[in-house]
Amino acid sequence: MDIHEYQAKELLANFGVPIPRGGLAYSPEQAAYRAREIGGAGWVVKAQVHSGARGKAGGIKFCTDEHQVWDAADSLLGRRLVTHQTGPAGKVVYRLYVEAATNVETELYLGFVLDRDTERVMVVASRAGGMEIEEISRERPESIVRVSVEPAVGMQAFQAREIAFALGLESTQVAQGVKTILGCYRAFRDLDATMVEINPLAVAADGSLVALDAKMTFDDNALFRRPEISELRDKSQEDARETRATDRGLSYVGLDGAIGCIINGAGLAMATMDMIKHAGGEPANFLDIGGGATPERVAKAFNVVLSDERVEALLVNIFAGINRCDWVASGIVQALDKVEMSVPLVVRLAGTNVEEGRTILETSGRPIIAAATLAEAAEKVVAAWREGRTNRDTVRAKEQVA
Amino acid sequence: MSILLNRTTPVIVQGVTGRIASFHTEEMAAYGTKVVGGVTPGKGGTVHLGLPVFNSVKDAVRDTGAKASLLFVPPPFAADAIMEAADAGIEVCVAITDGIPAGDMIQVKRYMRRYKKEQRMRLIGPNCAGVISPGQAMMGIMPPHIYAPGRIGIVGRSGTLGYEAASQMQALGLGVSTSVGIGGDPINGSSFKDILELFQADPETDAVVMIGEIGGPQESAAASYIRDYMTKPVIAYVAGLTAPKGRRMGHAGAIISAFGESADEKVRILQEVGVHVAPTPSDIGITVARSTGAGETAHAERL
Repeated sequence: MDIHEYQAKELLANFGVPIPRGGLAYSPEQAAYRAREIGGAGWVVKAQVHSGARGKAGGIKFCTDEHQVWDAADSLLGRRLVTHQTGPAGKVVYRLYVEAATNVETELYLGFVLDRDTERVMVVASRAGGMEIEEISRERPESIVRVSVEPAVGMQAFQAREIAFALGLESTQVAQGVKTILGCYRAFRDLDATMVEINPLAVAADGSLVALDAKMTFDDNALFRRPEISELRDKSQEDARETRATDRGLSYVGLDGAIGCIINGAGLAMATMDMIKHAGGEPANFLDIGGGATPERVAKAFNVVLSDERVEALLVNIFAGINRCDWVASGIVQALDKVEMSVPLVVRLAGTNVEEGRTILETSGRPIIAAATLAEAAEKVVAAWREGRTNRDTVRAKEQVA
Repeated sequence: MSILLNRTTPVIVQGVTGRIASFHTEEMAAYGTKVVGGVTPGKGGTVHLGLPVFNSVKDAVRDTGAKASLLFVPPPFAADAIMEAADAGIEVCVAITDGIPAGDMIQVKRYMRRYKKEQRMRLIGPNCAGVISPGQAMMGIMPPHIYAPGRIGIVGRSGTLGYEAASQMQALGLGVSTSVGIGGDPINGSSFKDILELFQADPETDAVVMIGEIGGPQESAAASYIRDYMTKPVIAYVAGLTAPKGRRMGHAGAIISAFGESADEKVRILQEVGVHVAPTPSDIGITVARSTGAGETAHAERL
């Protein structure tokens, strides 16, 4: 789960990480009020969306008086911010964070990740902050320091000191550097994060350290024991299709194609999408209904996938192991009573009692196209989708003529 | 022979009194698995499904001589249960539980290193379908009848995609020595390489099917092992060619976050070391038949 910059900063500040003075704003009036409250002569108005590279997309504005803050807020609120991380659809700005501007001397990079190779928390730091880590590893690989944390004892002060010195901090700054690095590590561990990134970590003109940006991602599997983190979820930043699916307990990822998918098991779901692509189509979604494939879950999945306007054909692929195919087939037929099907439907069942399952589908009187293998299912759904497309084009052409 | 599990392996079930665990325990016993007991703290001394229930894994091991444990404990308590099994001297633990926090798995992996390598428990999973040695025994939630006994090993992250591969193989008359699900989590007990080592050493396995997916470094690590040590043919499929970068595809570990973690890159890395990669998931069975020759007759008959 991702959270906003201002939320990450609040969390990290509790662990001793220095952040600039700032406040949240939902309107231009509120933004100007925040600026007055913070004081000083310079502010940054920052769009709060779940994405990096907001600066390049025009989501961060520097202001020197309250009117500028008002104008900046007015222009940002409600705007759709498109960055290379959001995809072409972008993300809408509903919240702003107004912060005291920092007079920056140097920009550093500080990141904490779950390293799957060593199966430990890894600290990644560089003197070349301000650009993305991918860019740093391309352009300044020699500047990157990596430190692995021994899980039994946690991060040690000497490790934080080594990082602080490697970042080129002066001896007067090292204590604050160590406090910041250890604070981030504790936040990572205590809050079940999978990523903490401060970029840039600035050295200000007065010599102090300050986190100018902050990003945190959390382990979805650990949210059950972090209710305070679950509360930070912002559904406005999610794909509406995904929110609808996850709220119904389905594992779903929205994509850009036209062929909707309902599959049991994550691996089989990915493989089925690959097969659709191989057959010349593009999947509209990833959807894993779980190993069980109960009629209730199938019905929920139909509702979620069919509410997506992009979907022009639907493929159901269920490998029924413990649950027999005849039972899954009845579930699909029952689900069809409750939903309005306006697109072609291809169903492929495999596993136990496959013949009985197929008979139920074929004799149901429903417009179901049955397929025996994965390859056949993909070919049939792509063919049905193409045919539907041609028909729609013909109808449209006729309408235009009329 | 087989790896990890055979008809003589004494197995206990952790969390045996739960509804799902009960169902699968009965299925396992019906298949021929030597299930000797179960563990549910607080229910020690009772009998469930005709099996003795113990309060701790230590008690179960002492009284039944259990060597393997199948774990159905819910996510908040699963890491603790795995460490308990490791401490009680269990040799192979298969964790089915989906949803264990990654931070807990870091602790589990670190904890297991306190035992010398030769005494260290082998953990399979979590978030996996389990292990089956067809015709002998199973520890998991898979439908056993889709696996024909034979001489080809299977190792994969996914449950149902593994079933798909096994049933394609069965249709071509290709049997399986052991099938191992290593699970879809970012931090898991055994890697592809760990299981390939076992298959390489098993005299009754002639070839191995490896079913990978996007995310993580384990397919690349397996490729290095295959290049340097593996003499048996390896057939692979990598799921997720259409998966976008940075999105989690169902499995907690199925996310492309670094170089070399996409399906395309993994396919290339595996092909470079001589692995036969199936071009589509529908071709896994046929690719196995072609590269082993084992199912050539069946293959020819089918065509």
